[in-house]
Amino acid sequence: MKKPVLMQGNEACVHGALAAGIGFYAGYPITPSTEIAELLAEEMPKVGGYFIQMEDEISSMAATIGASLAGKKAMTATSGPGFSLKQENLGFAVMAEVPCVVVNVQRSGPSTGLPTSPAQGDVMQARWGSHGDHATIALSPYSVRESFDVTVKAFNLAEKYRTPVIILLDEIVGHMRERIDIPEPGTYEVLERPKTDLSPQEYQPFDAPVDGIVPLAPFGTGYRFHITGLTHDRTGFPSTKPAEVDYKIRRLTSKIEMNTEDIVEWETYNCDDADTIIVAYGGTARSAQATMELAREKGLKVGLFRPVTIWPFPEKALIDIAKDKRVIVAEMNLGQVALEVERILKQDIEKVNKIDGEPITPQEILDQIEGV
Amino acid sequence: MKKQLEVRLSGAGGQGLILAGIILAEAALYDEKNAIQSQSYGPEARGGSSRAEVIISDNEIHYPKVISPNVLVSLTQDSYNKYKGELAEDAILIVDETVEVEADIKHTVYQLPLLEIARVELRPVVANIVTLGAFQRITGCVSYESLETAVLDRVPKGTEELNKQALAAGHKAAGDLLAR
Amino acid sequence: MSNGRELLRLNKMPHIWCPGCGNGIITSQVLRAIQELEWDQDKTVIVSGIGCSSRAPGYLDFSTLHTTHGRALAFATGLKYANPELKVIVLTGDGDSAAIGGNHLIHACRRNIDITTIVFNNSIYGMTSGQYSPLTPTGSLATTAPYGNIDRTFDLSQLAVAAGATYVARTTTYHTNQLRDFIKKGMQNKGFSVIEAVTHCPTYFGRRNRMGGAVEMLNWQKDHAVPIRAAERLSEEELADKFIIGEFHNKPEPEYCERYAQLIANTKGQE
Repeated sequence: MKKPVLMQGNEACVHGALAAGIGFYAGYPITPSTEIAELLAEEMPKVGGYFIQMEDEISSMAATIGASLAGKKAMTATSGPGFSLKQENLGFAVMAEVPCVVVNVQRSGPSTGLPTSPAQGDVMQARWGSHGDHATIALSPYSVRESFDVTVKAFNLAEKYRTPVIILLDEIVGHMRERIDIPEPGTYEVLERPKTDLSPQEYQPFDAPVDGIVPLAPFGTGYRFHITGLTHDRTGFPSTKPAEVDYKIRRLTSKIEMNTEDIVEWETYNCDDADTIIVAYGGTARSAQATMELAREKGLKVGLFRPVTIWPFPEKALIDIAKDKRVIVAEMNLGQVALEVERILKQDIEKVNKIDGEPITPQEILDQIEGV
Repeated sequence: MKKQLEVRLSGAGGQGLILAGIILAEAALYDEKNAIQSQSYGPEARGGSSRAEVIISDNEIHYPKVISPNVLVSLTQDSYNKYKGELAEDAILIVDETVEVEADIKHTVYQLPLLEIARVELRPVVANIVTLGAFQRITGCVSYESLETAVLDRVPKGTEELNKQALAAGHKAAGDLLAR
Repeated sequence: MSNGRELLRLNKMPHIWCPGCGNGIITSQVLRAIQELEWDQDKTVIVSGIGCSSRAPGYLDFSTLHTTHGRALAFATGLKYANPELKVIVLTGDGDSAAIGGNHLIHACRRNIDITTIVFNNSIYGMTSGQYSPLTPTGSLATTAPYGNIDRTFDLSQLAVAAGATYVARTTTYHTNQLRDFIKKGMQNKGFSVIEAVTHCPTYFGRRNRMGGAVEMLNWQKDHAVPIRAAERLSEEELADKFIIGEFHNKPEPEYCERYAQLIANTKGQE
């Protein structure tokens, strides 16, 4: 008998990282993400990868960026308070266009909050947590298997768009154990870091089109260039010239937004005949699936729209599926994705929100549908 | 069995019920069913009462948390008192004989000397596996073979025989109880 | 030996430092040390944080990384650890390394990772126009200490020794040959090295504290720096307004990246 694999979302995230070719991990202990560090501490040396426990969350983010500049696929993982601490250097990675993956296993906040309880309150922090204008890529898996898939995808997107990619796990998915059939290598795409075909003399690390990037040459390979968090020109050196500043900062957003269709991923369930669409993601999407089944048993035409990519939001798909229908956004916060859904659909929506540390139950969403 | 079985395993922190939950879920996978396991985290996992929850189903399991347990297992009075709420109407209870349940309880209660069997016949540390043996005999929701395979997968090397005996002892005790 | 111009990004000159600033003296000794030790320009990475001194890498023709305030050592740790072949130098200031980056400094010392850190200690936050730092002498004036600084100071070199750095030395911008010598020794140490370079900021520290211009401040360094040996013969009173220069610590210990390489080898051996 083939041994079935029962695994936590956090563990699946590690296996996804290994499948994507992670070469470096830096982290700091924090619940509920610690399993990620523990498992990587065990696995990384076996594959010749580098694991380091840093002195804090700030340095974990910094070391991750440093390792990426050395040419490694790099990741760090944390939860709520740690995600707050990482924001400054996360912004550095955005500005300097350094690929890396940042996992945030969301827990109840603000502040220390409920360290072992689930929440989805970091959706807007993922989008706007670091100061200054920029775009964000953030993915939120709803199952153990998807934690694997999304992690592979996060590394791919990080390398493709030279940007940090955030994985918004939550305590529900991070900690629950369910069956996973880890796909065979070769059955999923793994992108290696693009290489420049320019000579060191020709190379300019930021000489990129408005919708793209320049491959990042690893330090120590003969390409001597400058990386700074100061606003810089195409060569990488600080610039205060308005036209250069404008181009740089707009490009940080446009290189993501102009490729939204390439980046976004979503799932729909029973939407074809539905008059009511639940929008839910991450652990809450599990509740919504159960709600949908309960509702269908009662003859209610309920469908589910589940964004996997939260940022950028799958805007077009949402309009196609939910425009002018009854829309209910269920999330473990006081309405963060709901704001985005309202903005996109430009219509009134309903919300099911829960912030008491407990998951939203299927019945609670059903009650909203039935107007209880 | 009905299409989805919700199980709550509770006891004192350190009695190994979280491991028991993982083993039970893996046994269900061996039986080609679906299973999800979750557990209580934090200080309560290190003393005080702790719980693990397992959902077993022939179908896909969406909502991963137990809402109303069909089976409540309690090895201590404290954990029983803490986790006895929200039971399904048809729920059964499998409790250690030291756990006092309400005289007028409407659920079927199986009281077994689970801790004593482990302590006297084997070693106290295998009370969780004794419990799984009894659980299997009473509920039949996973096969004995799958459960034994799952136990042997998870227990420390060198303790396989002890754990096999523990599983069998719990199974037998439950059989004796059912025969009475 | 060439004059080192090929190690500079001449097209990025003029630099931003004020006339009379000591940062150029330290930077030039770093370059001479690299030159004399024949470090590969393509394999050398220079990392900095935020502040006047941290702007130096922009003028140096290596792979250069100008990071966030206080975090240079954390970035550098990731770089070095992920590719131990790289030679890594960190240029930082007293505020950058001893205040906002103090935690990273002590932990880099503790790990003994093979990075050479040169602290440009000018006793002041220059980039933000003259606030006191953890290395501003008690009683000195700063924009945020208009009545005199009441904070006690760190002895940064002793802090580094206590935290586990395996090469620690201090000297001044007056003692340029010694400075170059110490930097070279730090670079040659297979482990974490800290060279505290006491420098002068005529603009924000000197002027406010009536110490004169660059020349007077260099003379002040000459008059107040006491070599370790000489200090041993002086009383506490005699040393009261002095500071000690020299090599405080030079003792090899297992290096962090090598330890990890060993761990990888052992782990793979067990597979």
